Amino acid sequence: MPDSGAVTSPLRPAFSTAGDAAGAAVSAVGAARLVLARDLKLAFRKRSQLVQPLAFFAIVTTLFPLGVSPELPRLRPMAAGVLWAAALLASLLALELLFRDDAQDGTLEQYALSGRSLTWLLAAKTAAHWLLTGLPLALMAPLAGIALGAPGAAVPGIVVSVAVGTVALSLIGSIGAALTLGVRRSGALLSLLTLPLDIPVLIFGARATELAISGEAYGVPLQLLAALAVLGLTLAPLAAAAAVRINLE
Amino acid sequence: MAWTWFHRLASPPHVYRVARRLTPWLAWPAAVLIIAGLIGGLVLAPPDYQQGDGYRIIYVHAPSAWMSLLVYATMAVAAGIGLIWRMKVAHAVAAASAPIGASFTFAALVTGSLWGAPMWGTYWQWDPRLTSELILLFLYLGYMGLRSAFDDLQRADRVSAVLAVVGVVNVPIIHYSVVWWNSLHQPPSLMYLGKPTMPPSMFVPLLVMLVGFTLFYGALLLVRLRGEVLSRERAASWVREAVRP
Repeated sequence: MPDSGAVTSPLRPAFSTAGDAAGAAVSAVGAARLVLARDLKLAFRKRSQLVQPLAFFAIVTTLFPLGVSPELPRLRPMAAGVLWAAALLASLLALELLFRDDAQDGTLEQYALSGRSLTWLLAAKTAAHWLLTGLPLALMAPLAGIALGAPGAAVPGIVVSVAVGTVALSLIGSIGAALTLGVRRSGALLSLLTLPLDIPVLIFGARATELAISGEAYGVPLQLLAALAVLGLTLAPLAAAAAVRINLE
Repeated sequence: MAWTWFHRLASPPHVYRVARRLTPWLAWPAAVLIIAGLIGGLVLAPPDYQQGDGYRIIYVHAPSAWMSLLVYATMAVAAGIGLIWRMKVAHAVAAASAPIGASFTFAALVTGSLWGAPMWGTYWQWDPRLTSELILLFLYLGYMGLRSAFDDLQRADRVSAVLAVVGVVNVPIIHYSVVWWNSLHQPPSLMYLGKPTMPPSMFVPLLVMLVGFTLFYGALLLVRLRGEVLSRERAASWVREAVRP
């Protein structure tokens, strides 16, 4: 990562010397915003890593027609399930990178020592993760859906359900990534920890998408999905911060 | 003053001695109750008018399923205590519980599947209770996997404790989402053994088995806890005296 050095510590100018008035003025939310901007900037300097989860999602959805049948009437009933399983795996794939680089170069430690709420800073990192994987996945999901036989009218429903669901997935995943921070080659363990916790999201998300594809009202499962996202938003950064602190000890 | 007993539980040698003294007091009643419950359930209870003798597996299945949840809750509470008060013995309780809970979960899955064979005509149905039991098994496996991934015992304790606490928040959500998912996809299953419809001759042995299994867990936990405490304190001098033949 030759060019990432320039932006390793966005907080330094803000947090540095005690007499720095501007530094003292940075609130928890302000610091979180700095972290969010930094993570987005870093991600756009490594574009290939951005594209990988999306390509993975496309490949997984391609496997099903090849493995099951090319006929759309047979694919349509399983389209929602395939979309969600692929989205789940793609967001999982990107999770390993969520904290890893920052843990290795010490940035995470600086966050923990900065005196700012680690909970907020990790929430910002998770928000960046969602913007970089969840949101693109949500925008890409309708393409895969249509390829699997979903009608054009289902596009808004698919986008909304995947977008809301991936918020919950990113948040749950942030706990798993924080827990496995100190583990080398954590991929398999991370999936074993995260996927069981993701099951409610899968159930409500796939149901909302399924209803959208069959042209019915999908409000109820979508609301439940949003409830899961809100619950994750309130609790997951706390748990992730606790796990990061333990792993930095 | 009233909390002295709690503070003394933080001392490994004290816990080791208490566990050793307490084990037979749990193990013997557990053995008696399980044997009595098995006789009551397998011999004395009348056959079911719908399922014949096939229902009798409930005397192992239901207590195992109950224990799988109770052990998870115990593990999470112990982990929480260990996390908050930094109590090593509480972490040892959580560590000792996980394999027991996973075994109970596995037993509940196997007996449920065997029960399904005559009742549903298949070994596996995506029945909500069976499915959430399967997910619970994954949660146990994840917990044990995370614990074993760290070389540093203290870190393993604290990291896995966070996972146990996160898991216990999720268990009810997972359970109800699975029930909701299932009610959409499958007609109500044949298996219906609500308590009001169960005569006392069937219900009492089940209750006896539940209590017996709970005591059995207690006894197993104490035995495993002693092993756990010994291995954690192996450098301490009291251990050398305790294990001297």
